[in-house]
Amino acid sequence: MPRPCSAKSGRQLSSSVRRTAAAWGLLPFAVYVFLFLAVPTLIAIGTGFFDNTGSFTLATVAALGDPVVLTTFANSFWLSALTAVVGAVVGAIACYALLGTRPDGPLRVTIDSLSGVLAQFGGVMLAFAFVATIGIQGMITIYLRDTFGVDIFENGVWIYEAPGLILPYIYFQVPLMIITFMPALQALKPQWAEANATLGGGAATYWLRIGFPVLAPSFLGSLLLLFANAFSSYATAAALVSQGSQIVPLQIRAALTSETLLGRQNLAGALALGMIVVMAVVMTGYSMLQSRAARWQR
Amino acid sequence: MTIGVRTRNGARVTGGLPMTGGVAHAPSRVTRTIILGVIGLIFAIPIVAMVEFTLRKGLEGGHDFSRWITLFQSGFTGAYRPVIVALGNSLALAVGTVAIVLLLLVPTMLLVHIRFPRLRRLLEFICILPITIPAIVLVVGLAPVYSVVSRMFGSGVWTLAFAYGITVLPFAYRAIQSNIDGVDVKTLTEAARTLGASWANVLARVLVPNLRRGLLAGAFIAVAVVLGEFTIASLLNRINLQTALVVVSKTDPYTAVILSLLALIFAFVLLLLIGRLGSGPRARSVKGTP
Repeated sequence: MPRPCSAKSGRQLSSSVRRTAAAWGLLPFAVYVFLFLAVPTLIAIGTGFFDNTGSFTLATVAALGDPVVLTTFANSFWLSALTAVVGAVVGAIACYALLGTRPDGPLRVTIDSLSGVLAQFGGVMLAFAFVATIGIQGMITIYLRDTFGVDIFENGVWIYEAPGLILPYIYFQVPLMIITFMPALQALKPQWAEANATLGGGAATYWLRIGFPVLAPSFLGSLLLLFANAFSSYATAAALVSQGSQIVPLQIRAALTSETLLGRQNLAGALALGMIVVMAVVMTGYSMLQSRAARWQR
Repeated sequence: MTIGVRTRNGARVTGGLPMTGGVAHAPSRVTRTIILGVIGLIFAIPIVAMVEFTLRKGLEGGHDFSRWITLFQSGFTGAYRPVIVALGNSLALAVGTVAIVLLLLVPTMLLVHIRFPRLRRLLEFICILPITIPAIVLVVGLAPVYSVVSRMFGSGVWTLAFAYGITVLPFAYRAIQSNIDGVDVKTLTEAARTLGASWANVLARVLVPNLRRGLLAGAFIAVAVVLGEFTIASLLNRINLQTALVVVSKTDPYTAVILSLLALIFAFVLLLLIGRLGSGPRARSVKGTP
């Protein structure tokens, strides 16, 4: 802070008073974020460490090592990983197809809005959509049965269980990939293609030597974001799966609605802690990859 | 890291480069149409299936519009009344959440931008944080918080707006911040202050008109997120549009699907408007400035 000379101390005082007054203006937001973001997060993490009498215990957190809970986390992992990989690859191909279209043209604005709706708004309604598509009376189910004699539920009705979540999840992962990956693809500089052409490189050289290496951090970052998105998604699963708790968010639901799951108290808190740890690791990786990707986007 | 080829107005070596729409190595029109066509068709299937589902005539087979007509003729009364109440709840929550964004988040962002630039990274971190904390985790901690809130303000559904303000934070922050970055807020404010405008005047007649795109985009995205929210409302036993849809789907899946289609279309139009806000005159004026 450069200090003005002493003759102006009166003005300095008034400016520091004003600064304090301005700082008070930050208070309402700070209080709001504290009450509705910091406190709930701390409670969610903290309850796992206390039993019902309020004394400290590690017993609940130890429940994270329970085979049932471990299986649930494993289910969540493979569901998130599978749908993230498929979503990222298909989404990246869609982004490639959109390369060269005008960003403010009607095609892009329409696809952006559609992607936004499906990625952020779908939730419960995607569950309905897939019941109407591949449910027991779904359009595709009936079509396959009547036309080809194929019964997709030959080995049991899987749509209301974890495997039934794969298609709806991919359905919101691809649009999210389009939203998050398109800016990176857009940021490829024409000068790089020019340099490549000047040095005698063709399209293959351009993509292998320039395109893929430059886009790799963005792609991996988006992949992690998609993983996090699937891992934390609740609404679609809650609307589709009414029996059992095959993935972590559904197990939290079960723990919240019945206190005696696995015979342990405050299990929801322990599960929430487990989820936050996974999310923190994934999102840290995401932001590291993002800052690496940002080097090329200036 | 410096990049060798950063000559802004260097000679354009376009000869021999495959170009589509001014972008090198972009796919040809045919390739693009094939890729987008295939993905588009696959993604259309569930939506078509929803429409087909609502047109079914029941056990005897065949299709007609009777369910749509019944729904609209009944004026959403009788069996559908809970949905209307829930829609009202969701709209009230949307208004409350938008109010939190505009009256709490926006002034803080401006204050930080103009007076406390050092806090910018911290504010960004706080605003992006809710992405890392899933709603399903937040709700575990919100349950005790809301037992206090309902003691203070009653258990009205509108109190959920406090929680929704948090879930909307990352989206609203990005929309508004990109507008703040695009407009030189600091110079505008200093100019207005030098000319003798009061802070209220600066806010109302300089900042808000310049930031209206970002503010509108932030408000719209808040509305879209609130109308689609299910997790928090469902686990705190409050009724909003999405929880009501799940209840309706148990007894009358056809109506639930019709209402879902309408909600999806509404959200699409809302986001289309945001897209229009983003492009349009501002994009052109940015191009025009050197």
